[in-house]
Amino acid sequence: MMKVGILALQGNVSEHIYMLKRLGVEAVPVKTPLDIMNINGLIIPGGESTTIGRLMERFDLANSIKNRAAEGMPIYGTCAGMILLSKRIRDHEQPSLALLDVTVLRNAFGRQGDSMETDIDIKGFDSPFHAIFIRAPVAVEPGPEVEVLASVPEGIVFLREKKIIASSFHPELGEDLKVHKYFLDIIGN
Amino acid sequence: MERALGTIKVKRGLAQMLKGGVIMDVSSVEQAKIAEEAGAVAVMALERIPADIRKVGGVARMADPKLIKDIMNVVTIPVMAKVRIGHFAEAQILEAIGVDFIDESEVLTPADETHHINKWGFKIPFVCGARNLGEALRRIGEGAAMIRTKGEPGTGNIVEAVRHMRLVMDEIRKIQNMTEEELFEEAKELAAPLDLVREVKALGKLPVVNFAAGGIATPADASLMMQLGAEGIFVGSGIFKSSNPRKRAEAIVAATTYFNDPRIVAKVSEELGEEMPGIDIRELQEEAMMQVRGE
Repeated sequence: MMKVGILALQGNVSEHIYMLKRLGVEAVPVKTPLDIMNINGLIIPGGESTTIGRLMERFDLANSIKNRAAEGMPIYGTCAGMILLSKRIRDHEQPSLALLDVTVLRNAFGRQGDSMETDIDIKGFDSPFHAIFIRAPVAVEPGPEVEVLASVPEGIVFLREKKIIASSFHPELGEDLKVHKYFLDIIGN
Repeated sequence: MERALGTIKVKRGLAQMLKGGVIMDVSSVEQAKIAEEAGAVAVMALERIPADIRKVGGVARMADPKLIKDIMNVVTIPVMAKVRIGHFAEAQILEAIGVDFIDESEVLTPADETHHINKWGFKIPFVCGARNLGEALRRIGEGAAMIRTKGEPGTGNIVEAVRHMRLVMDEIRKIQNMTEEELFEEAKELAAPLDLVREVKALGKLPVVNFAAGGIATPADASLMMQLGAEGIFVGSGIFKSSNPRKRAEAIVAATTYFNDPRIVAKVSEELGEEMPGIDIRELQEEAMMQVRGE
């Protein structure tokens, strides 16, 4: 059976587990290099990217994740997860897995007062997706391998590069399972 | 397409993003940077940390907006700041300068002995302290997007935070087994809105994130509170009143993530230097208790 891990160093882990369980998939929090060995796909949740990034290096998870990614394990990063997956982070020095060929702009919409809900069009989805953005980043300067799946005026908010996807919004805070389903389809293939 | 700001989802959502993390009190730009580098998920900007508020006495108020703005400029993590209970004008100021979260806090001297702030009127989320379930639900009813235990701030003594967390968890468990007619009575007992009591029964937890605060000073304290059901940790005086704040801050962050792995908590607890001295609660005069402010 398919088993998806949620990186559980900090952030909204239980919400992703709940979404995956609704889709009938086994979902487990992962915290150690050994945990990372025993999953078919990984979600890096929203949270604080500086906090998660530092813990990932301190407890030796960054290399385990990069090794599994090199073997082709699908990864989905939401919000902080998008920042942690990106090769370039504008104006900030912070730990990253450098797996997505994009430049990320942190807090691209502003501070918490600018956090918002809105409907966005996602490539390949037949209806608009209700997206929740919380102190969210956006991506810009996508490399040639990057497929842009959704954008807003500030930049790219959903993208894919091979088996890795990233969204600056939080589908796990809403009701719509389509983005999680999209990720499970990548794992399934 | 149309954008909706300051919705319940967006306010409670930021609290959800902070889960499993440590929010640290800071009173200078330098401390804020240390906290961020150590892995804090947010900082609480204030002029004096609770231990010093105790020492200095007098009226404790919202911090200088300039200090808060300076801290907002040097860190990328969310910045919180405190207002006095009921002082909605202080909250309006914090919203105007763009802080990410407002703590309506018993650590400051209350401005209103009867009313808390109507938090629904703000687009910035609020966190409030609670000693029991009734208090927590009253604050959520007023619009709080996050709850923390009150503990007894500035004491370095965990006993009150433990009492408050155990009590809230115990009351939630009790509600699980109640029938609908018992819920009416329970809502009356708790002096809490009935719809929120029903929601607690359905969810088996508070409808917002619940952190531990007040007296946390060591990695073991953080681990204890997480195991008792806290979803994250506030550290007030515990870090910057200790002899090696950076190392202690990193250790408390690691212990909050790996709270259920005693080997890691043991390892990060080594050689942290002197803790803050601390106060035995039994030696505190009743007038000096902060937790009884604003029920």
